[in-house]
Amino acid sequence: MDPWRLLYLVPLAAFIAVAGYFTIGLQRDPRTLPSVLIDKPVPAFALPALVEGKPGLATADLAGEVMLVNVFASWCAPCKIEHPVLTRLAEAEKIPIHAINYKDKPEDARRWLAQLGDPYGRIGVDADGRASIEWGVYGVPETFIVDRQGRIRYRHVGPVMPRDVESTILPKIRELRR
Amino acid sequence: MIAELGHFALALALALALAQGTLPLIGAQRGDGVWIALAKPLAQAQFLCIALAFAALTHAYVTSDFSLANVARNSHSAKPLIYKISGVWGNHEGSMLLWVLILALFGFLVAIAGRNLPPALGARVLAIQGLIGAGFLAFILFTSNPFERVFPVPVDGNGLNPILQDPGLAIHPPFLYLGYVGFSIAFAFAVAALIEGRVDPAWARWVRPWTLGAWCALTIGIALGSYWAYYELGWGGWWFWDPVENASFMPWLAGTALLHSAAVVEKREALKSWTILLAIIAFSLSLIGTFLVRSGVLTSVHAFATDPARGLFILMLLVAAIGGSLTLYAVRAPQLKLGGLFHPISREGGMVLNNLLLSTALATVFLGTLYPLFLDAVGGGKVSVGAPYFNATFVPIMVPLVAAMAVGPLLAWKRGDLAGALGRLKFAFAAAVAVTLTVFALTWGGPVLAPLAMGLAAWLFVATLADYAERIQLFRAPLGESLRRARNLPRASYGMTVAHAGMAVAIAGMVGASAWRVEVVQAARPGDVVEAAGFALRFDGVHQSKGPNYTLESGGFTVTRQGRFITRLEAERRFFTDPPQVTTEAAIRTTALGDLYVAIGEDTADQPGARTVRVWYNPLVVWIWVGCLIMAAGGLLSLTDRRLRVGAPSRRRAKLPAAGAGVRA
Repeated sequence: MDPWRLLYLVPLAAFIAVAGYFTIGLQRDPRTLPSVLIDKPVPAFALPALVEGKPGLATADLAGEVMLVNVFASWCAPCKIEHPVLTRLAEAEKIPIHAINYKDKPEDARRWLAQLGDPYGRIGVDADGRASIEWGVYGVPETFIVDRQGRIRYRHVGPVMPRDVESTILPKIRELRR
Repeated sequence: MIAELGHFALALALALALAQGTLPLIGAQRGDGVWIALAKPLAQAQFLCIALAFAALTHAYVTSDFSLANVARNSHSAKPLIYKISGVWGNHEGSMLLWVLILALFGFLVAIAGRNLPPALGARVLAIQGLIGAGFLAFILFTSNPFERVFPVPVDGNGLNPILQDPGLAIHPPFLYLGYVGFSIAFAFAVAALIEGRVDPAWARWVRPWTLGAWCALTIGIALGSYWAYYELGWGGWWFWDPVENASFMPWLAGTALLHSAAVVEKREALKSWTILLAIIAFSLSLIGTFLVRSGVLTSVHAFATDPARGLFILMLLVAAIGGSLTLYAVRAPQLKLGGLFHPISREGGMVLNNLLLSTALATVFLGTLYPLFLDAVGGGKVSVGAPYFNATFVPIMVPLVAAMAVGPLLAWKRGDLAGALGRLKFAFAAAVAVTLTVFALTWGGPVLAPLAMGLAAWLFVATLADYAERIQLFRAPLGESLRRARNLPRASYGMTVAHAGMAVAIAGMVGASAWRVEVVQAARPGDVVEAAGFALRFDGVHQSKGPNYTLESGGFTVTRQGRFITRLEAERRFFTDPPQVTTEAAIRTTALGDLYVAIGEDTADQPGARTVRVWYNPLVVWIWVGCLIMAAGGLLSLTDRRLRVGAPSRRRAKLPAAGAGVRA
């Protein structure tokens, strides 16, 4: 066979390679965002309290047991969707959940919690979003799992839905509690 | 009821497309005139069915029929009419419907315009079109049905993403799709030629107008998208090397290369198998672009529908269309007869250089766009490739391209005279040096390479005009003779001149807006003055008001320069409720020399009462879009060439006057 004929196969071969990558790419969820903070200690921060009688949130509070840190805002619609799921996690599974109230007006956030219920142990007010930047948050809601040593072990972007609880959040927490 | 009719019409279109994709192909293979003759009526009927379906969906949007899930998800009763209509293609399902509508429209046009086309070739072209159409119609019907009902019927819809509620974006997708999908005709012609095993000048003459039309639409579409991103996103930039922008830019690069190599096939019967390959690649890139946007394998602000099942379906279509055509290419292309020989220094040689550089540029954009995907696939983590990569790779390839672009048209076919061509470019060279030095003096202390880039733009512009002057023997022959030549010069030649000049204008704009851009970010209270690029902008404070489906706050600025009043600018932030979102409407004062661009942000947290004010001065930025429009106008001008309209016999007549000018035609 004429070796020049092989040249005409190059475009096809290149396309097969690209198509192979596309096939692998499709299996991956572009929404899973790895966090550079995974397995790192919680960043240094200290936030004032939102609700009277409930403490604010600081680095030192996040150690000793496995817990969730949820970043929320009253203006964020998906937060409203995940709220009952978080409430159930706190009540039925006895998982401590702390919150960072992200770029919110305190009175709006208080009204929101009064309306929907308040499952949080501690709530810190992050009015300008600085502390959330330290956490690597780029949108609300986001939820982190922090272990006993105060290290971030998992980051969930977007609302926590029941199937996320079953498939990742609960198994992860059980593993960390062991 | 109307929606069900639309759904039915779509299903019927699929059946017709399947028939169109098979029967004429078999007929052409067997030489069966009856089956060959089926191609045209089937293509026309398929178009009418899809048009009916599209009309049905548009009706649902205009009447806010929220019993359709698609309308409920993407429209809202309070939206202005134009955005109800543009909402039809402002979502995944509708935009795919627009895609097949345009595909079928091109099939329809080939069917009615293709009287001179040899029947077997025409049947094959329409059959390939039909197969592509069938694939995408099946995709719509099985994975993205726009006519799905929802029960209970919602009281009102979710609304269209406010950022898309903009006149520029209402017409941007149709133009883009006209371009993308227009390349399907070149693709169908290429595959048909491979099946027939014959590529000749007549074939190239058939392909060129379709490619040219698609190229013009794509040029306009990309320019519109860039302009929209510029004034709507409030970031002051005009091109972000975003994956979706690249997805539209890659077919443009391939299409530009195709236009030039098809000219060589037409004039000299050379570069045949390369031209075929480019035709396949141009449309393949359109398909890959559709896949990237629709499947969500690359995350981007544009990817508004991400669903793995859909991605898999489009991927299968890609494999069938691209894999199939490239396999055919590997088998048949070696049998194509080699064309005329030419010297490296010749018009053909210039086109080859053009093609090599454009292909290399295309490859760098392709790699940069897909690199994150490749890396992720091998477990290398998530990265994004940004402007620095593209600036470092793409721009250096453009420099020799533009430099050679000035010389190529002055070379003769077959064997050119480089020294002679360069000799005729002494004015262009002088202009380039003069512009470089002037700009260098004016921008002393600024970027060093930018004046050279401006000189390059001047070089191209003046050389293009010099080439035109040469063609009509301006100042050499008596004026009457020059006028006669100007009248007789083919429109295609004018088109080239205009398009190349437009490119020079666009380059000057890109250089200006990138090199000498000024950006000032400052927190300002009412009464504060922000200074940028010699302008003083006094912030007059913010007031609230109400638009048709949003509330807005607008920040007023009084602009002065050296104490003299220039203008008043109002930068807005619009607050939409359905869906809740804030959009930035920058205030822009456009002049030929540069844009003054102001955007306001929210209250700054640490300084109560102050606003974040961003001011940009973008020199020459408007030249970019004007240049693109000039390029598209050049393409349209070339499209009116009588050679492309009437076919072979008139060609000799059109060539006559140019033949008198020597060997150059």
